[in-house]
Amino acid sequence: MGDLSPTLFMNKQTIYYLTVLKGMMTLTRKTHLTPWLLIAPSIIYLTIFIAIPILGTVKLAFESPEGIFGNFKLLLSSKDFQNALLNTLMLAAIVIPIQLTLSILLAMLVNRKFSGYRTLIFIITAPLALSDITAGLISYSIFAPNGYLNRFLIAMNMIERPIYFFGYMFKSREFLIVVLTEIWRATPLVFIMILAGLQSINKEYIEAAEVFGFNAWQRTWKITLPLLRPAILSALLIRTLFAFQLFGVVWILAGRDIQVLAGETYYWYVFRNNRNVASAYALIIAVLTFVVGWLYVKTIRSKHLEEGA
Amino acid sequence: MKILYPLIFLLVTFFFIGPIVLSFVASMTPSSEFYDYSKIFPSKLTLDHINKLLFTLGGLRALFVSVQVALVAIGVSFLFGIPAGYAIARYIFPGRDTVKLVMLFTRSIPLIVVSVALVTTYIRLNLADTVLGVALAHAAMILPFIVIITSSIFSSVFVEYEEAGMVFGLSRFGAFLRITLPLALPGLAASAIYAFIMSWNEVFAASVLSIQNRTLPAHILSTAMASPDYFKYAMATVMAVPALLFIFIIRKYLVSIWGISLN
Repeated sequence: MGDLSPTLFMNKQTIYYLTVLKGMMTLTRKTHLTPWLLIAPSIIYLTIFIAIPILGTVKLAFESPEGIFGNFKLLLSSKDFQNALLNTLMLAAIVIPIQLTLSILLAMLVNRKFSGYRTLIFIITAPLALSDITAGLISYSIFAPNGYLNRFLIAMNMIERPIYFFGYMFKSREFLIVVLTEIWRATPLVFIMILAGLQSINKEYIEAAEVFGFNAWQRTWKITLPLLRPAILSALLIRTLFAFQLFGVVWILAGRDIQVLAGETYYWYVFRNNRNVASAYALIIAVLTFVVGWLYVKTIRSKHLEEGA
Repeated sequence: MKILYPLIFLLVTFFFIGPIVLSFVASMTPSSEFYDYSKIFPSKLTLDHINKLLFTLGGLRALFVSVQVALVAIGVSFLFGIPAGYAIARYIFPGRDTVKLVMLFTRSIPLIVVSVALVTTYIRLNLADTVLGVALAHAAMILPFIVIITSSIFSSVFVEYEEAGMVFGLSRFGAFLRITLPLALPGLAASAIYAFIMSWNEVFAASVLSIQNRTLPAHILSTAMASPDYFKYAMATVMAVPALLFIFIIRKYLVSIWGISLN
Protein backbone atom coordinates (compact mmCIF):
# COMPACT_ATOMS: atom_id res chain seq x y z
CA MET A 1 0.00 0.00 0.00
CA GLY A 2 2.07 2.81 -1.27
CA ASP A 3 -0.10 5.84 -0.82
CA LEU A 4 -1.32 7.36 2.37
CA SER A 5 -3.80 9.69 0.75
CA PRO A 6 -6.69 7.30 0.22
CA THR A 7 -6.36 6.08 3.82
CA LEU A 8 -7.64 9.46 4.86
CA PHE A 9 -10.86 8.81 3.04
CA MET A 10 -11.38 5.06 2.87
CA ASN A 11 -11.11 2.02 5.09
CA LYS A 12 -8.34 -0.51 4.80
CA GLN A 13 -10.34 -3.18 3.00
CA THR A 14 -11.41 -0.93 0.15
CA ILE A 15 -7.84 0.15 -0.33
CA TYR A 16 -6.72 -3.46 -0.35
CA TYR A 17 -9.10 -4.37 -3.15
CA LEU A 18 -8.20 -1.26 -5.08
CA THR A 19 -4.52 -2.02 -4.75
CA VAL A 20 -4.99 -5.57 -5.96
CA LEU A 21 -7.09 -4.33 -8.87
CA LYS A 22 -4.56 -1.67 -9.74
CA GLY A 23 -1.78 -4.25 -9.52
CA MET A 24 -3.57 -6.64 -11.89
CA MET A 25 -4.22 -3.91 -14.41
CA THR A 26 -0.69 -2.68 -14.30
CA LEU A 27 0.77 -6.15 -14.60
CA THR A 28 -0.96 -6.58 -17.92
CA ARG A 29 1.05 -3.68 -19.22
CA LYS A 30 4.40 -5.36 -19.65
CA THR A 31 6.37 -2.37 -20.81
CA HIS A 32 8.49 -0.55 -18.25
CA LEU A 33 9.68 2.04 -20.71
CA THR A 34 6.78 4.50 -20.45
CA PRO A 35 7.13 5.31 -16.72
CA TRP A 36 10.84 5.89 -17.10
CA LEU A 37 10.26 8.19 -20.06
CA LEU A 38 7.87 10.18 -17.90
CA ILE A 39 10.27 10.30 -14.97
CA ALA A 40 13.47 10.95 -16.93
CA PRO A 41 12.94 14.73 -17.41
CA SER A 42 12.66 15.25 -13.64
CA ILE A 43 15.71 13.14 -12.93
CA ILE A 44 17.72 14.99 -15.57
CA TYR A 45 16.57 18.36 -14.26
CA LEU A 46 17.52 17.49 -10.68
CA THR A 47 20.86 16.12 -11.86
CA ILE A 48 21.66 19.40 -13.60
CA PHE A 49 20.44 21.71 -10.84
CA ILE A 50 21.12 19.71 -7.67
CA ALA A 51 23.53 16.80 -8.19
CA ILE A 52 26.11 18.47 -10.45
CA PRO A 53 26.15 21.71 -8.39
CA ILE A 54 26.78 19.61 -5.25
CA LEU A 55 29.85 18.21 -7.00
CA GLY A 56 30.70 21.82 -7.81
CA THR A 57 30.40 22.67 -4.12
CA VAL A 58 32.75 19.81 -3.28
CA LYS A 59 35.25 21.02 -5.89
CA LEU A 60 35.13 24.61 -4.65
CA ALA A 61 35.40 23.53 -1.01
CA PHE A 62 38.63 21.65 -1.70
CA GLU A 63 40.12 24.45 -3.78
CA SER A 64 42.47 26.66 -1.80
CA PRO A 65 45.91 28.25 -2.13
CA GLU A 66 47.02 26.15 0.88
CA GLY A 67 46.47 22.69 -0.57
CA ILE A 68 43.27 20.69 -0.87
CA PHE A 69 42.39 20.79 2.82
CA GLY A 70 43.29 24.47 3.14
CA ASN A 71 39.72 25.67 3.61
CA PHE A 72 38.90 23.01 6.16
CA LYS A 73 42.09 23.70 8.11
CA LEU A 74 40.99 27.32 8.22
CA LEU A 75 37.53 26.32 9.38
CA LEU A 76 38.62 23.90 12.05
CA SER A 77 41.04 26.36 13.55
CA SER A 78 38.56 29.26 13.55
CA LYS A 79 36.41 30.20 16.49
CA ASP A 80 33.71 31.30 14.01
CA PHE A 81 33.25 27.80 12.67
CA GLN A 82 33.12 26.22 16.12
CA ASN A 83 30.54 28.79 17.18
CA ALA A 84 28.51 28.30 14.03
CA LEU A 85 28.43 24.53 14.37
CA LEU A 86 27.71 24.69 18.09
CA ASN A 87 24.97 27.32 17.72
CA THR A 88 23.28 25.46 14.87
CA LEU A 89 23.23 22.21 16.83
CA MET A 90 22.30 23.89 20.10
CA LEU A 91 19.40 25.81 18.56
CA ALA A 92 18.14 22.56 17.05
CA ALA A 93 18.51 20.74 20.37
CA ILE A 94 16.57 23.41 22.27
CA VAL A 95 13.93 24.33 19.71
CA ILE A 96 12.91 20.93 18.33
CA PRO A 97 11.86 19.17 21.57
CA ILE A 98 9.77 22.19 22.57
CA GLN A 99 8.15 22.32 19.15
CA LEU A 100 7.40 18.63 19.23
CA THR A 101 5.79 18.73 22.67
CA LEU A 102 3.80 21.84 21.79
CA SER A 103 2.68 20.33 18.48
CA ILE A 104 1.54 17.06 20.02
CA LEU A 105 -0.45 18.93 22.68
CA LEU A 106 -2.00 21.27 20.12
CA ALA A 107 -2.78 18.48 17.67
CA MET A 108 -4.50 16.44 20.39
CA LEU A 109 -6.44 19.50 21.45
CA VAL A 110 -7.58 20.27 17.93
CA ASN A 111 -8.40 16.63 17.29
CA ARG A 112 -11.09 16.80 19.97
CA LYS A 113 -13.06 18.70 17.34
CA PHE A 114 -14.68 21.19 19.66
CA SER A 115 -16.60 23.98 17.97
CA GLY A 116 -14.27 26.29 16.10
CA TYR A 117 -11.46 23.77 15.81
CA ARG A 118 -11.13 24.42 12.08
CA THR A 119 -10.54 28.09 12.75
CA LEU A 120 -7.94 27.13 15.32
CA ILE A 121 -6.12 24.94 12.79
CA PHE A 122 -5.92 27.89 10.44
CA ILE A 123 -4.73 30.19 13.20
CA ILE A 124 -1.99 27.79 14.27
CA THR A 125 -0.84 27.25 10.69
CA ALA A 126 -0.76 30.96 9.79
CA PRO A 127 2.99 31.36 10.54
CA LEU A 128 3.61 28.57 8.01
CA ALA A 129 3.05 31.23 5.35
CA LEU A 130 5.87 33.40 6.61
CA SER A 131 9.42 33.31 5.36
CA ASP A 132 12.22 33.18 7.88
CA ILE A 133 13.16 36.82 7.32
CA THR A 134 9.53 37.94 7.69
CA ALA A 135 9.34 36.01 10.95
CA GLY A 136 12.52 37.74 12.08
CA LEU A 137 11.13 41.17 11.28
CA ILE A 138 7.82 40.42 13.01
CA SER A 139 9.64 39.20 16.08
CA TYR A 140 11.69 42.40 16.00
CA SER A 141 8.48 44.46 16.17
CA ILE A 142 7.77 42.79 19.52
CA PHE A 143 11.21 42.80 21.11
CA ALA A 144 12.82 45.94 19.65
CA PRO A 145 13.74 48.70 22.13
CA ASN A 146 10.61 50.54 20.96
CA GLY A 147 8.75 47.29 20.32
CA TYR A 148 5.46 46.21 21.82
CA LEU A 149 6.88 44.34 24.78
CA ASN A 150 8.79 47.38 25.99
CA ARG A 151 5.90 49.72 25.24
CA PHE A 152 3.58 47.51 27.20
CA LEU A 153 5.90 47.19 30.18
CA ILE A 154 6.54 50.94 30.24
CA ALA A 155 2.84 51.75 29.93
CA MET A 156 2.18 49.38 32.85
CA ASN A 157 4.88 51.19 34.83
CA MET A 158 6.74 47.93 35.29
CA ILE A 159 9.99 49.28 33.86
CA GLU A 160 11.36 52.81 33.40
CA ARG A 161 13.66 52.31 30.44
CA PRO A 162 13.31 49.80 27.62
CA ILE A 163 14.94 46.41 27.98
CA TYR A 164 17.45 45.74 25.21
CA PHE A 165 17.27 42.35 23.58
CA PHE A 166 19.51 42.99 20.61
CA GLY A 167 23.12 43.95 20.07
CA TYR A 168 26.51 42.44 20.65
CA MET A 169 26.31 43.17 24.37
CA PHE A 170 23.20 41.04 24.83
CA LYS A 171 24.10 37.82 23.04
CA SER A 172 22.30 35.50 25.43
CA ARG A 173 19.12 37.58 25.17
CA GLU A 174 19.44 37.52 21.38
CA PHE A 175 19.78 33.77 21.58
CA LEU A 176 16.60 33.55 23.63
CA ILE A 177 14.69 35.68 21.12
CA VAL A 178 15.93 33.53 18.23
CA VAL A 179 14.74 30.42 20.10
CA LEU A 180 11.32 31.99 20.74
CA THR A 181 10.99 33.14 17.14
CA GLU A 182 11.94 29.73 15.79
CA ILE A 183 9.44 28.02 18.07
CA TRP A 184 6.78 30.43 16.90
CA ARG A 185 7.64 30.20 13.21
CA ALA A 186 8.24 26.49 12.75
CA THR A 187 5.89 24.84 15.24
CA PRO A 188 3.03 25.03 12.68
CA LEU A 189 4.89 22.70 10.31
CA VAL A 190 5.45 20.11 13.03
CA PHE A 191 1.86 20.58 14.17
CA ILE A 192 0.49 19.91 10.69
CA MET A 193 2.53 16.72 10.33
CA ILE A 194 1.49 15.43 13.74
CA LEU A 195 -2.13 16.33 13.05
CA ALA A 196 -1.99 14.42 9.76
CA GLY A 197 -0.67 11.41 11.66
CA LEU A 198 -3.30 11.77 14.33
CA GLN A 199 -6.13 11.95 11.82
CA SER A 200 -4.99 8.79 10.10
CA ILE A 201 -5.20 6.77 13.32
CA ASN A 202 -8.14 4.41 13.16
CA LYS A 203 -10.76 5.52 15.69
CA GLU A 204 -11.62 1.88 16.42
CA TYR A 205 -8.39 1.32 18.34
CA ILE A 206 -9.26 4.12 20.70
CA GLU A 207 -12.85 2.97 21.02
CA ALA A 208 -11.62 -0.54 21.80
CA ALA A 209 -9.38 0.82 24.51
CA GLU A 210 -12.35 2.69 25.91
CA VAL A 211 -14.36 -0.54 26.00
CA PHE A 212 -11.55 -2.19 27.94
CA GLY A 213 -11.75 0.56 30.51
CA PHE A 214 -8.66 2.62 29.69
CA ASN A 215 -8.95 6.15 30.97
CA ALA A 216 -8.04 9.17 28.84
CA TRP A 217 -4.51 9.31 30.21
CA GLN A 218 -3.87 5.61 29.47
CA ARG A 219 -5.42 5.91 26.04
CA THR A 220 -3.03 8.72 25.20
CA TRP A 221 0.10 6.96 26.45
CA LYS A 222 -0.70 3.38 25.48
CA ILE A 223 -2.62 3.82 22.22
CA THR A 224 -2.39 7.22 20.61
CA LEU A 225 1.27 8.06 21.14
CA PRO A 226 2.64 4.65 20.04
CA LEU A 227 0.45 4.79 16.93
CA LEU A 228 1.66 8.32 16.32
CA ARG A 229 5.29 7.23 16.38
CA PRO A 230 5.89 7.22 12.61
CA ALA A 231 4.45 10.73 12.26
CA ILE A 232 6.50 11.97 15.20
CA LEU A 233 9.65 10.42 13.78
CA SER A 234 9.10 11.95 10.34
CA ALA A 235 8.34 15.37 11.81
CA LEU A 236 11.42 15.13 13.98
CA LEU A 237 13.71 14.28 11.07
CA ILE A 238 12.24 16.90 8.72
CA ARG A 239 12.54 19.56 11.40
CA THR A 240 16.15 18.55 12.05
CA LEU A 241 16.88 18.88 8.33
CA PHE A 242 15.36 22.36 8.33
CA ALA A 243 17.35 23.29 11.42
CA PHE A 244 20.60 23.02 9.46
CA GLN A 245 19.25 25.62 7.02
CA LEU A 246 18.48 28.10 9.78
CA PHE A 247 19.45 31.46 8.35
CA GLY A 248 16.92 34.28 7.93
CA VAL A 249 15.66 34.57 11.49
CA VAL A 250 19.16 34.66 12.92
CA TRP A 251 20.52 36.98 10.25
CA ILE A 252 17.73 39.53 10.69
CA LEU A 253 17.67 39.45 14.49
CA ALA A 254 21.28 38.93 15.44
CA GLY A 255 23.42 39.24 12.32
CA ARG A 256 26.70 37.51 13.06
CA ASP A 257 26.40 37.92 16.82
CA ILE A 258 24.98 34.44 16.73
CA GLN A 259 26.85 32.55 14.07
CA VAL A 260 25.14 29.66 12.32
CA LEU A 261 26.37 27.48 9.46
CA ALA A 262 24.09 28.92 6.76
CA GLY A 263 24.77 32.46 7.98
CA GLU A 264 28.52 31.88 7.68
CA THR A 265 28.07 30.52 4.16
CA TYR A 266 26.23 33.73 3.25
CA TYR A 267 28.78 35.91 5.04
CA TRP A 268 31.79 34.33 3.34
CA TYR A 269 30.22 34.51 -0.08
CA VAL A 270 28.57 37.95 0.03
CA PHE A 271 30.80 39.93 2.39
CA ARG A 272 34.18 38.24 2.06
CA ASN A 273 33.76 37.33 -1.57
CA ASN A 274 35.31 33.94 -0.92
CA ARG A 275 33.34 31.20 -2.61
CA ASN A 276 35.76 28.51 -1.51
CA VAL A 277 35.29 28.99 2.21
CA ALA A 278 31.57 29.57 1.59
CA SER A 279 31.47 26.22 -0.22
CA ALA A 280 33.31 24.52 2.64
CA TYR A 281 30.54 25.70 4.97
CA ALA A 282 27.88 24.64 2.45
CA LEU A 283 29.52 21.22 2.21
CA ILE A 284 29.29 20.77 5.97
CA ILE A 285 25.58 21.61 5.82
CA ALA A 286 25.30 19.11 2.96
CA VAL A 287 27.00 16.35 4.96
CA LEU A 288 24.74 16.96 7.97
CA THR A 289 21.72 16.99 5.65
CA PHE A 290 22.78 13.75 3.97
CA VAL A 291 23.18 11.94 7.28
CA VAL A 292 19.78 13.00 8.61
CA GLY A 293 18.15 12.72 5.18
CA TRP A 294 19.44 9.18 4.86
CA LEU A 295 18.00 8.33 8.28
CA TYR A 296 14.71 9.86 7.17
CA VAL A 297 14.55 7.86 3.97
CA LYS A 298 15.49 4.70 5.89
CA THR A 299 12.71 5.28 8.41
CA ILE A 300 10.18 5.82 5.67
CA ARG A 301 11.36 2.72 3.89
CA SER A 302 11.06 0.52 6.99
CA LYS A 303 7.62 1.97 7.69
CA HIS A 304 6.79 1.08 4.11
CA LEU A 305 7.89 -2.52 4.59
CA GLU A 306 6.08 -2.88 7.91
CA GLU A 307 2.87 -2.01 6.15
CA GLY A 308 3.60 -4.74 3.63
CA ALA A 309 4.09 -2.67 0.52
CA MET B 1 -12.56 21.21 30.66
CA LYS B 2 -15.37 22.86 28.69
CA ILE B 3 -14.64 26.22 30.30
CA LEU B 4 -10.98 25.85 29.51
CA TYR B 5 -11.43 25.66 25.74
CA PRO B 6 -12.22 29.34 25.13
CA LEU B 7 -9.26 30.28 27.29
CA ILE B 8 -6.86 27.98 25.44
CA PHE B 9 -8.35 29.16 22.15
CA LEU B 10 -7.57 32.77 23.03
CA LEU B 11 -4.10 31.94 24.28
CA VAL B 12 -3.18 29.94 21.17
CA THR B 13 -4.63 32.63 18.92
CA PHE B 14 -2.68 35.33 20.70
CA PHE B 15 0.55 33.36 20.47
CA PHE B 16 0.33 32.48 16.77
CA ILE B 17 -1.53 35.45 15.27
CA GLY B 18 -0.78 38.19 17.80
CA PRO B 19 2.75 38.98 16.61
CA ILE B 20 1.61 39.14 12.97
CA VAL B 21 -1.20 41.59 13.76
CA LEU B 22 1.06 43.69 15.96
CA SER B 23 3.70 43.96 13.26
CA PHE B 24 0.97 45.04 10.80
CA VAL B 25 0.02 47.80 13.22
CA ALA B 26 3.68 48.72 13.61
CA SER B 27 4.06 49.00 9.85
CA MET B 28 1.17 51.49 9.79
CA THR B 29 2.25 53.57 12.77
CA PRO B 30 3.08 57.19 11.82
CA SER B 31 6.82 57.81 12.17
CA SER B 32 6.18 60.65 14.61
CA GLU B 33 4.72 58.19 17.13
CA PHE B 34 7.41 55.58 16.76
CA TYR B 35 9.52 56.58 19.71
CA ASP B 36 6.68 57.87 21.85
CA TYR B 37 6.53 55.45 24.73
CA SER B 38 3.49 57.04 26.34
CA LYS B 39 1.07 54.88 24.37
CA ILE B 40 1.16 51.31 23.19
CA PHE B 41 -0.94 51.71 20.07
CA PRO B 42 -0.81 54.60 17.59
CA SER B 43 -3.57 57.22 17.49
CA LYS B 44 -3.99 56.72 13.75
CA LEU B 45 -2.80 54.35 11.04
CA THR B 46 -1.03 55.33 7.85
CA LEU B 47 0.05 53.53 4.69
CA ASP B 48 2.96 55.94 4.19
CA HIS B 49 5.72 53.48 5.00
CA ILE B 50 4.31 50.73 2.83
CA ASN B 51 3.81 53.18 -0.05
CA LYS B 52 7.34 54.50 0.27
CA LEU B 53 8.77 51.01 0.46
CA LEU B 54 6.92 49.96 -2.69
CA PHE B 55 7.14 53.07 -4.83
CA THR B 56 10.30 54.89 -3.75
CA LEU B 57 12.57 52.20 -2.37
CA GLY B 58 12.28 49.64 -5.17
CA GLY B 59 9.91 47.32 -3.36
CA LEU B 60 7.43 47.09 -6.20
CA ARG B 61 10.10 46.13 -8.70
CA ALA B 62 11.39 43.44 -6.35
CA LEU B 63 7.84 42.24 -5.85
CA PHE B 64 7.41 41.87 -9.62
CA VAL B 65 10.68 39.94 -9.82
CA SER B 66 9.44 37.68 -7.03
CA VAL B 67 6.17 36.99 -8.83
CA GLN B 68 7.96 36.30 -12.12
CA VAL B 69 10.41 33.95 -10.42
CA ALA B 70 7.62 32.08 -8.66
CA LEU B 71 5.49 31.72 -11.81
CA VAL B 72 8.36 30.46 -13.96
CA ALA B 73 9.46 28.11 -11.16
CA ILE B 74 5.94 26.71 -10.83
CA GLY B 75 5.66 26.35 -14.61
CA VAL B 76 8.95 24.49 -14.95
CA SER B 77 8.44 22.25 -11.92
CA PHE B 78 4.90 21.31 -13.01
CA LEU B 79 6.02 20.65 -16.58
CA PHE B 80 8.63 18.17 -15.33
CA GLY B 81 6.91 17.03 -12.15
CA ILE B 82 3.42 16.10 -13.36
CA PRO B 83 4.55 13.34 -15.78
CA ALA B 84 6.83 11.90 -13.11
CA GLY B 85 4.10 12.08 -10.46
CA TYR B 86 1.69 10.40 -12.85
CA ALA B 87 4.16 7.64 -13.66
CA ILE B 88 4.72 6.89 -9.98
CA ALA B 89 0.98 6.86 -9.33
CA ARG B 90 -0.12 4.74 -12.27
CA TYR B 91 2.68 2.35 -13.18
CA ILE B 92 4.29 -0.38 -11.16
CA PHE B 93 7.81 -0.85 -12.41
CA PRO B 94 11.15 -1.92 -11.00
CA GLY B 95 12.79 1.03 -9.27
CA ARG B 96 9.53 2.81 -8.47
CA ASP B 97 10.18 2.91 -4.74
CA THR B 98 13.74 4.04 -5.35
CA VAL B 99 12.49 6.96 -7.45
CA LYS B 100 10.13 7.94 -4.65
CA LEU B 101 12.89 7.78 -2.07
CA VAL B 102 15.25 9.76 -4.30
CA MET B 103 12.58 12.47 -4.57
CA LEU B 104 12.06 12.51 -0.80
CA PHE B 105 15.81 12.70 -0.29
CA THR B 106 16.28 15.46 -2.85
CA ARG B 107 13.47 17.45 -1.27
CA SER B 108 15.50 17.59 1.92
CA ILE B 109 18.58 19.10 0.24
CA PRO B 110 18.53 22.87 0.82
CA LEU B 111 19.41 25.33 -1.94
CA ILE B 112 22.09 26.73 0.38
CA VAL B 113 24.18 23.70 -0.50
CA VAL B 114 24.12 24.36 -4.25
CA SER B 115 23.72 28.15 -4.57
CA VAL B 116 27.37 29.19 -4.55
CA ALA B 117 28.36 26.47 -7.01
CA LEU B 118 25.41 27.38 -9.26
CA VAL B 119 26.84 30.90 -9.67
CA THR B 120 29.83 29.46 -11.55
CA THR B 121 27.58 27.40 -13.80
CA TYR B 122 25.30 30.38 -14.38
CA ILE B 123 28.17 32.62 -15.47
CA ARG B 124 29.00 30.04 -18.13
CA LEU B 125 25.36 29.76 -19.22
CA ASN B 126 24.76 33.53 -19.18
CA LEU B 127 22.17 33.02 -16.46
CA ALA B 128 24.00 34.92 -13.75
CA ASP B 129 21.92 37.69 -12.20
CA THR B 130 18.82 36.88 -14.25
CA VAL B 131 15.23 36.27 -13.23
CA LEU B 132 15.33 32.98 -15.14
CA GLY B 133 18.40 31.82 -13.21
CA VAL B 134 16.74 32.27 -9.84
CA ALA B 135 13.53 30.72 -11.16
CA LEU B 136 15.34 27.61 -12.41
CA ALA B 137 17.00 27.16 -9.02
CA HIS B 138 13.63 27.56 -7.28
CA ALA B 139 12.14 25.04 -9.71
CA ALA B 140 14.80 22.56 -8.57
CA MET B 141 13.73 23.18 -4.97
CA ILE B 142 10.04 22.75 -5.80
CA LEU B 143 10.28 19.84 -8.27
CA PRO B 144 10.76 16.91 -5.83
CA PHE B 145 7.89 18.27 -3.76
CA ILE B 146 5.65 18.43 -6.84
CA VAL B 147 6.55 14.89 -7.92
CA ILE B 148 5.67 13.48 -4.49
CA ILE B 149 2.48 15.48 -4.07
CA THR B 150 1.15 14.94 -7.60
CA SER B 151 1.78 11.21 -7.37
CA SER B 152 -0.42 11.19 -4.27
CA ILE B 153 -3.07 13.32 -5.93
CA PHE B 154 -3.18 11.14 -9.04
CA SER B 155 -3.36 7.92 -7.08
CA SER B 156 -6.33 9.29 -5.17
CA VAL B 157 -8.17 9.68 -8.50
CA PHE B 158 -9.56 6.22 -9.22
CA VAL B 159 -7.80 4.49 -12.04
CA GLU B 160 -11.18 2.99 -13.08
CA TYR B 161 -12.37 6.35 -14.36
CA GLU B 162 -9.37 6.52 -16.60
CA GLU B 163 -9.78 2.91 -17.75
CA ALA B 164 -13.43 3.59 -18.51
CA GLY B 165 -12.45 6.56 -20.66
CA MET B 166 -10.01 4.34 -22.53
CA VAL B 167 -12.71 1.71 -23.06
CA PHE B 168 -14.75 4.44 -24.72
CA GLY B 169 -11.94 5.16 -27.13
CA LEU B 170 -9.72 7.72 -25.48
CA SER B 171 -5.98 7.28 -25.69
CA ARG B 172 -4.07 7.02 -22.43
CA PHE B 173 -2.94 10.61 -22.78
CA GLY B 174 -6.47 11.65 -23.74
CA ALA B 175 -7.86 9.89 -20.68
CA PHE B 176 -5.32 11.66 -18.52
CA LEU B 177 -6.15 15.03 -20.07
CA ARG B 178 -9.95 14.65 -20.06
CA ILE B 179 -10.53 12.63 -16.91
CA THR B 180 -7.70 12.48 -14.41
CA LEU B 181 -6.45 16.04 -14.80
CA PRO B 182 -9.81 17.75 -14.21
CA LEU B 183 -10.46 15.52 -11.18
CA ALA B 184 -7.01 16.29 -9.81
CA LEU B 185 -7.30 20.00 -10.50
CA PRO B 186 -8.20 21.28 -7.01
CA GLY B 187 -5.30 19.38 -5.47
CA LEU B 188 -2.94 20.55 -8.20
CA ALA B 189 -4.04 24.15 -7.70
CA ALA B 190 -3.40 23.86 -3.98
CA SER B 191 0.08 22.48 -4.63
CA ALA B 192 0.77 25.29 -7.10
CA ILE B 193 -0.16 27.83 -4.45
CA TYR B 194 2.01 26.08 -1.92
CA ALA B 195 4.84 26.08 -4.44
CA PHE B 196 4.29 29.80 -4.93
CA ILE B 197 4.72 30.37 -1.19
CA MET B 198 7.89 28.25 -1.19
CA SER B 199 9.43 30.37 -3.94
CA TRP B 200 8.08 33.66 -2.55
CA ASN B 201 9.77 32.94 0.79
CA GLU B 202 13.09 31.56 -0.43
CA VAL B 203 15.85 34.00 0.36
CA PHE B 204 19.28 32.35 0.31
CA ALA B 205 19.56 31.28 -3.33
CA ALA B 206 17.78 34.43 -4.48
CA SER B 207 20.36 36.57 -2.65
CA VAL B 208 23.35 34.66 -3.91
CA LEU B 209 22.20 34.25 -7.52
CA SER B 210 21.13 37.82 -8.21
CA ILE B 211 22.41 41.32 -7.59
CA GLN B 212 20.44 43.61 -9.89
CA ASN B 213 17.27 41.58 -10.23
CA ARG B 214 16.61 40.81 -6.61
CA THR B 215 13.45 39.11 -5.42
CA LEU B 216 11.56 40.76 -2.59
CA PRO B 217 13.07 38.72 0.27
CA ALA B 218 16.56 39.15 -1.19
CA HIS B 219 15.94 42.89 -1.51
CA ILE B 220 14.76 42.99 2.10
CA LEU B 221 17.69 40.95 3.35
CA SER B 222 20.17 43.35 1.79
CA THR B 223 18.39 46.54 2.91
CA ALA B 224 16.63 45.73 6.19
CA MET B 225 19.63 46.23 8.48
CA ALA B 226 20.18 49.80 7.29
CA SER B 227 16.49 50.76 7.23
CA PRO B 228 14.55 52.62 9.93
CA ASP B 229 12.31 50.37 12.01
CA TYR B 230 9.07 51.39 10.31
CA PHE B 231 10.42 50.24 6.95
CA LYS B 232 11.40 46.91 8.49
CA TYR B 233 7.81 46.37 9.57
CA ALA B 234 6.50 47.59 6.23
CA MET B 235 8.72 44.93 4.60
CA ALA B 236 7.27 42.28 6.90
CA THR B 237 3.74 43.35 6.00
CA VAL B 238 4.37 43.33 2.25
CA MET B 239 5.92 39.86 2.51
CA ALA B 240 3.32 38.43 4.87
CA VAL B 241 -0.01 39.60 3.42
CA PRO B 242 0.07 37.70 0.08
CA ALA B 243 1.48 34.57 1.70
CA LEU B 244 -1.16 34.60 4.46
CA LEU B 245 -3.87 35.07 1.86
CA PHE B 246 -2.60 32.07 -0.09
CA ILE B 247 -2.31 29.89 3.00
CA PHE B 248 -5.89 30.86 3.81
CA ILE B 249 -7.05 29.74 0.36
CA ILE B 250 -5.39 26.34 0.64
CA ARG B 251 -6.06 25.85 4.37
CA LYS B 252 -8.15 22.73 3.74
CA TYR B 253 -5.32 21.10 1.81
CA LEU B 254 -2.50 21.78 4.25
CA VAL B 255 -3.03 18.65 6.30
CA SER B 256 -3.10 16.50 3.18
CA ILE B 257 -0.13 18.29 1.57
CA TRP B 258 2.06 17.55 4.55
CA GLY B 259 0.31 14.37 5.53
CA ILE B 260 0.66 12.94 2.06
CA SER B 261 4.26 13.92 1.62
CA LEU B 262 5.04 12.07 4.84
CA ASN B 263 4.59 8.93 2.88
